[in-house]
Amino acid sequence: MNPANYIVLSAVLFSIGAIGVLVRRNAIVVFMCVELMLNAANLAFVAFARMNGNLDGQVVAFFVMVVAAAEVVVGLAIIVQIFRTRRSASIDEPNLLKY
Amino acid sequence: MSAPAFGMHLADVVPFNLPSIDYRLIAPILILMGAGLLSVLVEAFIPRRGRRPVQLIVVFVALLAAFAMVLAAAGSRAVTAEGSIAIDGPGLLLQGTLLLVALLAAMLMAERMVDPSGDAFAPRASTLPGSEDERQFTQRGYLQTEIWPLFCFSVSGMLLFVVSNDLLIMFVALEIMSLPLYLLAGMARRRRLLSQEAAMKYFLLGALSSAFFLYGSALLYGFSGSIDLPVIADQITAKPSQSWLLMIGAAFVLIGLLFKVGAVPFHQWVPDVYQGSPTPVTGFMAATVKIAAFGALLRVLYVALGGLQWDWAPMLWIIAILTMVVGSVIAITQTDIKRMLAYSSIAQAGFILVGVVAATREGLASALFYLIAYAFTTIGAFAVIAMARDSSGEATHLSRWAGLGRKSPIVATAFTIFMLALAGIPLTSGFIAKFSVFTAAIAAGDTWLVIVAVLASLVAAFFYLRVVVLMFFAEPGPETATVAVPSVFTTVALAAGATVTVVLGVVPQPVLEMVANADVFIR
Repeated sequence: MNPANYIVLSAVLFSIGAIGVLVRRNAIVVFMCVELMLNAANLAFVAFARMNGNLDGQVVAFFVMVVAAAEVVVGLAIIVQIFRTRRSASIDEPNLLKY
Repeated sequence: MSAPAFGMHLADVVPFNLPSIDYRLIAPILILMGAGLLSVLVEAFIPRRGRRPVQLIVVFVALLAAFAMVLAAAGSRAVTAEGSIAIDGPGLLLQGTLLLVALLAAMLMAERMVDPSGDAFAPRASTLPGSEDERQFTQRGYLQTEIWPLFCFSVSGMLLFVVSNDLLIMFVALEIMSLPLYLLAGMARRRRLLSQEAAMKYFLLGALSSAFFLYGSALLYGFSGSIDLPVIADQITAKPSQSWLLMIGAAFVLIGLLFKVGAVPFHQWVPDVYQGSPTPVTGFMAATVKIAAFGALLRVLYVALGGLQWDWAPMLWIIAILTMVVGSVIAITQTDIKRMLAYSSIAQAGFILVGVVAATREGLASALFYLIAYAFTTIGAFAVIAMARDSSGEATHLSRWAGLGRKSPIVATAFTIFMLALAGIPLTSGFIAKFSVFTAAIAAGDTWLVIVAVLASLVAAFFYLRVVVLMFFAEPGPETATVAVPSVFTTVALAAGATVTVVLGVVPQPVLEMVANADVFIR
C-alpha cells in the first residue's frame, strides 16, 4: 500500500485531535485529544521513515511514546487533583484567573 | 521491498559503530540530571527532618559544578553525540546564564522566612485545599521537598534545549523542561485553587503546543529525510522548490517554540500561569523558560531554517509587532502586579523578537544580551513581590503597593531599579539591551519595526513608572503591604539581581563583548 496514504491518515487524526482540544469541555477528553495528536505525529514519523528509507523516524516514535507516557503521569496528576478539589473535570469551571 | 528485507538491507550496509560522545562538553546537563536522580533518592531514604538541608546541598552543589563545567568548556565549538548536540558560543553563553539565574531562583524557592507558616509551597500538594489534613500538615510545619528533584530535572531540560542539534533531542528536552514546571505551578501554599487552575491551563496548552512542535518535526523529517537541523538546512538549499511539507512543518515547529516564548497570539497561558503559580516558581519560569525557548528558537531559525529566511521573516515581523503592542497595551489595564509583569514579559518577548527578526550576527548578539539582562531583572522583581505581604499571604493587588516606598525604602528602591530596567531607562541593563536590539534591527533594514518597538516601549514605560509613582508618591495607609524580613537566601538573590541590572547598565562593555564574541551557531 502506498505509504503516502498513511500521511493523509495522520493529518486527519491530527486535525481531529486539534479540533477536539478546541471544542471539548472535559479535561480528560481534551487531554486524550492531545495524545491523539502526538500519536498522529508518530504515525507520520513511521510512514516518512518508510518513504525516506532510513530508521530515524522509527527511533523518534519510540522516544515519543516514552515522553507521552510521562506526560500522562503529570497530566492525570494535575487533572485528578483539580477534580478532587472541585468535584468536576470541566475546563470551563476553574475561572478564577482571567483578564 | 518487504519489511524484513528492508531491515536486513540496513543491517548490511550500516555497520554498528559506538557513537562518539564528548562527555566533558555535555557534563553540565549530566550533572543536573544526576542531581535530579540523587534528590529523588534523598526523598526516599533520608528522614523528613533532614531532607531539606540535604536537598539544598545537592541542588546548589550541582548548579555550581555545572556552571564550572560550562566555564571550563568556554570557547569550545563542537558537534557531539553523533550530531545530536551542538556546543557553541551562543549555546554555552545561554547555559551559563541559565545556571546563574537558576541559582538565584533556587534561593527564592528555598526561602522560608517571609511566610510565617513555611515556604512558598503547599506542605503536601496532595491534600485538598481547606481540608483538615492540610491544616494539620501546616500546623506541624511540613515542607514539600519534592520540589527539588522537579527543579533539577527542569533545569537539565533547559540546558539540553539550548544546545540540541536535532528535532528529537529538542522535543525531549522541551518536555523534560516543561513537565516539572507544570507540577511546580500547582504547588502554591496559599490561594491553592488559583495555583491548581494555573497548573491545569499550563499543562493542557503546553501539551497542545508540544504536539504542534512534534507534528511539525514529522513534516520536516518527511521533507528532508533527517531530523538533524544542519541536514534540514542543506536539503532546503538543495531542493529550491517550495514544498508544502517544508512550509507547514516549519510553521508548526515555530508555533511550538513561540508558544513557550509567550508571543502573541500564543500568549494566552502566560498571565494565568504567572499569576497562579507560587511566586518563586513564577520568577524561575519567567526568567529561565524565556532564555531556553529563545535559545532553541534562534537555533532553529538560524541553523535549520536559514534558507527560508524570506518566508519566516515577514511572519515574525507581524508576530513581533503584535506581541509588543498587545503586551504593552493590556499591561496598562492590570491591577494585579504579577499579572502586570506577565503582560510585561509578553511585551519583552516582542522586543527580543525584534533582534531575532534582524537575522544578522548583530541581531543574534543583541538578542542574547537582552535575554541576559531581562532574566536577572525579572528574577529580582519577583523576589520583591514574594516579600510584600499581609496576613493572608502575598499582597499582589497594585493598591496594596501604594506608599510602600515610605515604609520600606530599600526594597522599594530595588523594585524601582527593576521597573526602570524593564522600561528601558538609561543607566540600567534594559536600556543597553533595547538600544542594541534596535541598532541591530535598523542595521538590518527593519526601520519600521523599530519605530513600532519604540512606540510600544513608550506605552510600556507608563505602567512600569506607574508602580514607581505609586510606591513613592502615595501616603502609606492601613492597606499598604508590609515587607517581610527575608533570610539570607532572598537577600542574596535580590542583591544579585539589582547589582547585575545596574552593572550591565553602567559598564555593559564586558558582556557586550562576550555576546559579540560568542560567534554564530555551529552548523
